[in-house]
Amino acid sequence: MDGHVAPTLNLDAIRADFPILSEKVRGKTFTFLDSGASAQKPRQVIGAMVRMMETAYANVHRGAYHMSEQATEAYEAARAAVARFLNAGDVREIIFTGSSTNAINLVAHSYGRGVMQPSQAVVISEMEHHANIVPWQMARDAHGIELRVCRITDAGELDLDDLAAKLADGKVGLVAVTHMSNVLGTVTPAAQIARMAHEAGAKVLFDGSQAAVHRRVDVREIDADFYVFTGHKLYGPTGIGVLYAKGALQEAMPPFLGGGDMIAEVSFERSVWAPYPAKFEAGTPPIIEAIGLHAAIDYVESIGMAAIEAHERALVDRAMARLPQIEGVTLLGRAQDRGGVFAFALDTAHAHDVATLLDRAGIAVRSGRHCAEPLHERFGVESTCRASFGLYTTPAEVDLLADALHQAREFFR
Amino acid sequence: MSGGLFDDLRDLYQEVILDHGRKPRNFKRLDDADRTARGDNPMCGDRMELFVKLAPEGHIEDAAFQGRGCAISMASASLMTDTVKGKTQAQARQMGENFRALAMTGICPDCGGEIAEDMERLAPLSGVHDFPSRVKCATLAWHTLNAALDGGAKEASSE
Repeated sequence: MDGHVAPTLNLDAIRADFPILSEKVRGKTFTFLDSGASAQKPRQVIGAMVRMMETAYANVHRGAYHMSEQATEAYEAARAAVARFLNAGDVREIIFTGSSTNAINLVAHSYGRGVMQPSQAVVISEMEHHANIVPWQMARDAHGIELRVCRITDAGELDLDDLAAKLADGKVGLVAVTHMSNVLGTVTPAAQIARMAHEAGAKVLFDGSQAAVHRRVDVREIDADFYVFTGHKLYGPTGIGVLYAKGALQEAMPPFLGGGDMIAEVSFERSVWAPYPAKFEAGTPPIIEAIGLHAAIDYVESIGMAAIEAHERALVDRAMARLPQIEGVTLLGRAQDRGGVFAFALDTAHAHDVATLLDRAGIAVRSGRHCAEPLHERFGVESTCRASFGLYTTPAEVDLLADALHQAREFFR
Repeated sequence: MSGGLFDDLRDLYQEVILDHGRKPRNFKRLDDADRTARGDNPMCGDRMELFVKLAPEGHIEDAAFQGRGCAISMASASLMTDTVKGKTQAQARQMGENFRALAMTGICPDCGGEIAEDMERLAPLSGVHDFPSRVKCATLAWHTLNAALDGGAKEASSE
């Protein structure tokens, strides 16, 4: 923002857009601090999906009739909206998938097994979500590629010296790392990672499931080869994910799933693939979900990613001022560049007991290992609670969490 | 207790549970165990290893466990190892069946008879039935006991 006044957002108006936030939980106001698992949906998204089903729904890319043409137009308009959202250079670089997990599996199959040689390696990091670990283990086991794990520092930042070491022998074909940790909140230096990967002759994939919600992402600025995010964490519906993949890579990659919509011609002897991205979208796609995602993108853009980022920075500052002050609370990770995700342990109680107590106060947090078991082992903790913020989170909710944690510790003392 | 915000949770976290959770009984390795099994709730991170020593006649002479987990899972394992000592394997399995009913529904129609007194000791855990996501914490120890009695070094899970 460089000297400019940070843009602000109208929290009351935003909260009024999310019907679920006025629900009561056990008689108490609902304090939702689990947006990192899945965010709530504004009326604008809900309405767009309902309107689509009520007025403009049919299958896409198939019917030579009005409704199908309308649906196809809306579906492709969603693709264009995603391309703008990521600042992709070409709308064809956007592939719709079922989820972030599906998108990473697509790359692990079509690029990891289909393009990479068994003599090559993939680098992931210690702070990956299981979705960016397991597909690569499966590719390793099926295709013989090597899997390397880049260390993180005790502060929870990617160890760039270790990344350089992992890249040094020139055998790495792909670096696949998170753009923002779903446990530590760490935002990784994407542009720098991409530069390091490219200099070593590797491609780079970013798991932006968390980052795309909290920051403006520019895939060309960071020079990502693959970028993945999901609709349901961005205030959109479940069932839709996005894979950004550079055109030349898509050209070289074999399809992941076979079926309708991904072919140019089919006979029993052979099939010819449709041009990308259709080649990677077999079967009826998540049409209604794409319309929902489009509405979600319109929604966050109407507020402004800069305003969202500034709001979140204020929440992070508040949390950093309050949470470490509570006796017995240990925060995982102290990254310099971080978003609104906080994992913590309480000395007197297990994460599940804490979550059950917080639930009684109407506060929803996640407890367990958050699909990042190796990361918890890295920090030597069995499990943690995680509070994650959304654009509707208020500073008062952060205070409520801090107060409740203090009381929870007393309860179990 | 200054946790006024959470007073209505005293049904779940009764003093006996907090006590067993903080200071679990029989929390040790039995080096001469005849049966062992591991129990794991992968989603939660609750993990335990159970040791059972059988008498020559087949009944449970001693039981102990080690592990990490929430107050509910630790208290349940603590109370279980206390109550199954001296029981026949069939009685222990029956208690496990009854306990699962208790944990899931809060009531146990078959908890009378010769094991009534023991089931009474387990009753403080019945509060979990109001917390569906926590039932598996309470039942993990009993699943692990079944796995141990089944004879293998099998992994039990109450997921």
